[in-house]
Amino acid sequence: MLIHFLKRLALTIPTFFALMFITFVAIRLVPGDPVEVRVGERGISPERLAQFRHELGLDQPVWKQFFDYVWGILHGDFGKSLVTNEKVVTEFFTLFPATVELSFAAMLFATCIGIPAGAIAAVKRGSRYDQTLMGLSVAGFSMPIFWWGLLLIMLVAERLHLTPVSGRIDLIKYYFEPVTGFMLIDSLLSDQKGAFKDALHHLILPMIVLGTVPLAVVARMTRSSMLEVLSEDYVRTARAKGLSPARVIGLHALRNALIPVVTVIGLSVGSLMAGAVLTETIFSWPGVGKWLIEAIGRRDYPALQGGVMLVSAIVILVNLGVDVLYGVINPRIRHG
Amino acid sequence: MADETVVSPEVIPAAESPIRQLWASFSENRGAVFGLIVLCIVTLLAIFADFLAPHGPLEQFRDAVRAPPVWEAGGSWRFILGTDGLGRDMLSRLMFGARVSLFIGIMVMGVSFVIGVLLGLVAAFSSPLVDTIISRCMDLIMAVPGLVLAILIVAVLGPSLTNTVVAVTVVFLPRYVRLVRASAMAELSKDYVIAAKVIGVKKLRLMFSTVLPNCLAPLIVQSALGVSEAILEAAALGFLGLGAQPPVPEWGAMLADAREFIRSDPWIVTLPGLAILITVVSINLMGDGLRDALDPKMRRS
Repeated sequence: MLIHFLKRLALTIPTFFALMFITFVAIRLVPGDPVEVRVGERGISPERLAQFRHELGLDQPVWKQFFDYVWGILHGDFGKSLVTNEKVVTEFFTLFPATVELSFAAMLFATCIGIPAGAIAAVKRGSRYDQTLMGLSVAGFSMPIFWWGLLLIMLVAERLHLTPVSGRIDLIKYYFEPVTGFMLIDSLLSDQKGAFKDALHHLILPMIVLGTVPLAVVARMTRSSMLEVLSEDYVRTARAKGLSPARVIGLHALRNALIPVVTVIGLSVGSLMAGAVLTETIFSWPGVGKWLIEAIGRRDYPALQGGVMLVSAIVILVNLGVDVLYGVINPRIRHG
Repeated sequence: MADETVVSPEVIPAAESPIRQLWASFSENRGAVFGLIVLCIVTLLAIFADFLAPHGPLEQFRDAVRAPPVWEAGGSWRFILGTDGLGRDMLSRLMFGARVSLFIGIMVMGVSFVIGVLLGLVAAFSSPLVDTIISRCMDLIMAVPGLVLAILIVAVLGPSLTNTVVAVTVVFLPRYVRLVRASAMAELSKDYVIAAKVIGVKKLRLMFSTVLPNCLAPLIVQSALGVSEAILEAAALGFLGLGAQPPVPEWGAMLADAREFIRSDPWIVTLPGLAILITVVSINLMGDGLRDALDPKMRRS
């Protein structure tokens, strides 16, 4: 098992190198000089310009620059942001917990509603409920989530005043030093009254928006996987034994139907990250997605480069983990 | 004379044409037919936007900035769906926007289809080395989250309609390549292909006229669903300010402009998104119907 895992891990190494190469080339293709971004429109003396170029390593030959870039990444150095002069890795991992918190909440929302909804649809196949749910799932699957977010802000936050419009917590009322970076945990640790509730309120809309597409996918997957399982012999046997329908469905069918669903959930990390970019932008959620978009706006290319690298690396590793775990759960596909 | 009708070949009932068979099973699915009808309407609106739109998409009516739609208080038939923040007619912009979105969807689908078929077939028919190179490249593209990759590409090339098409095509290309490669590989081991090889059919002919037609069914389904995904992705880029640039009436970009009117003028926010949703839902419904009709094995029960 361990050898299998290490083999798979080794196979991702070329991918990482290719990724470094692509991000490196991509950023060099960008029109405009990175030094100009830093010094602004007014311009500076040629000596200072040369000094800046030297600091950024731009006076070196390209192959040397690439070598330095790869060397840096292998040592955990993704360069410095042109705007804040802060290390890209530091900025990324300061913001990353916000994205993880949001994605985790969204996935929780999607599974907690999607699995029961899909299972019931399968059991009541062809009923009005089943048809409505499948119709809704097509709509959810097709949802432009940036619009869905605006719509929810308009109705829930602005009209009904049920939730706040943006951010992670009311910064005027509550202030505490981040400990874990997860607002829900930090607000509990801070011992400030109402802070947790406020953080939860802020999380609701972004969670729904980011969770909508996964919800539709999970509901659909659960339904079709459940339908397949319900026609299996062991379910018929369980029924014939006279077990109660609840027991047959809950214990025998659902458990087996969930295997492919769990895989789909695990493998959707990539699309969650893509969705997080949009969701965070809409709700001013201070995570890595919003940060990436802002980096483009500020022409902060080292940040963009490092950010894309880090996001992809995380997605690749999580997918690998899910693949391996799937092999553990379901030994039949282990060496497929 | 009477026996002529009996021997006449026309009278023998011909086997049903594949197209008719396809339509027969497609039309059983009410959702799919509904999707097709809506999609036809949207397409017609897009094609004839020049004649149907009451105003030009860029024409600004300074006297009617943010005019409400006809069903709201103060609305008039002059601007049926109201006007936006610059006094441009929403209905006209939505119609021309359909043109932009469908153009992007079809362009992306067409280009990825052609390149995907070429790369996929080459991967399936060539030496293991070429196959590995192509497959690894596709794996690499798939490793980066779609929208993030598209953002990177647009950041490099600069935001524009053409670059949106390029970025979204690159993101979706691997699906086509993998699909063609996998189905071509599956066909390659079948008897009819081996027979064709034995007769000495040339490689190109083998690729395109022997194997390719048998890989088309899943490819058509993927293409139909690919159009809707491309439209969504392009709209997301437009919304982030990285797609079509103002004043192009692209639905996503229209939403980016609309954010400031959330409080005051909800129609400016609601309508472009509704247009995206309706179009994408109808394409997805149609695609599902196509899947069921083309390949009963893939049927999602």
